[in-house]
Amino acid sequence: MEREFFLLFSAVATGSGFLVVLAKNPIHSALALVTCFVQIAALFILLGSPFLAVIQIFVYVGAIMVLFLFVIMMLDVRKEAQSRFLNKGALFGFVVILVLAVEMFFLLTRNAILSKNFVDAVPITPSIKELGLTLFSEYLLPFEVASVILLVALIGAVVLAKTEEDDSASKDELASGAAK
Amino acid sequence: MIPVSWYLILAAILFVTGAAGVLVRRNVLIVLMSLELMLNSVNINLLAFGHQLQDLRGQIIAIFVIAITAAEVAVALGILVALLRNKHSLEVEDLAILKG
Repeated sequence: MEREFFLLFSAVATGSGFLVVLAKNPIHSALALVTCFVQIAALFILLGSPFLAVIQIFVYVGAIMVLFLFVIMMLDVRKEAQSRFLNKGALFGFVVILVLAVEMFFLLTRNAILSKNFVDAVPITPSIKELGLTLFSEYLLPFEVASVILLVALIGAVVLAKTEEDDSASKDELASGAAK
Repeated sequence: MIPVSWYLILAAILFVTGAAGVLVRRNVLIVLMSLELMLNSVNINLLAFGHQLQDLRGQIIAIFVIAITAAEVAVALGILVALLRNKHSLEVEDLAILKG
């Protein structure tokens, strides 16, 4: 049963992954990526980590992809690239991808150790309490550093996306409003 | 009973797909989305090994990967919006102004 579910989820994830790369419209690409992320969240549940599956749906689908869709809506999509692939350098890219794919295929299929190891059917799932205790005791410093990185990214994104003209105009309006 | 190599093969397929998107697509938004796909395929590997070895560190590193990805996307889209205000183009070839 578990195997059938794995095959179903991975087939849909692979198909929508291909669609992300092949779609002409960025919105179709984003929606295919949402499908792919939901399938990967289902695979996380098969891997005995329900907390990560929930985080995956909340953060990736709920935050990151919505951010992408907002940016696509803000930008003028009609002016998108006419041809899908690069004119020059595409051949080099395809060669690199082919080499990478063949190399990974041989490394993973010819490896006897990996195919002998099985993921348990009835997993001894580590509890979320255990995960939280480890995260907040042993990995407290990386956790705090990650929060600082998120704060810096927040400020950086606001500063980068802000327009100077609007800013000075609104300041002038505020100043004139105060003067009146 | 799923062999751990199945998960690794799935992650490799998704990674190669994402790498193809990064290397050959012209639309810079799709390049960023393919980057997300590559990061997610790495998370599958981390969780597969963490589950097989019954080790919590796989899940913890995956949590950090997700957090850093969120930060990266926010900054990347901010840069993109600021860049498009000046260049008015979504094509990768037009955005190569950092090339010395």
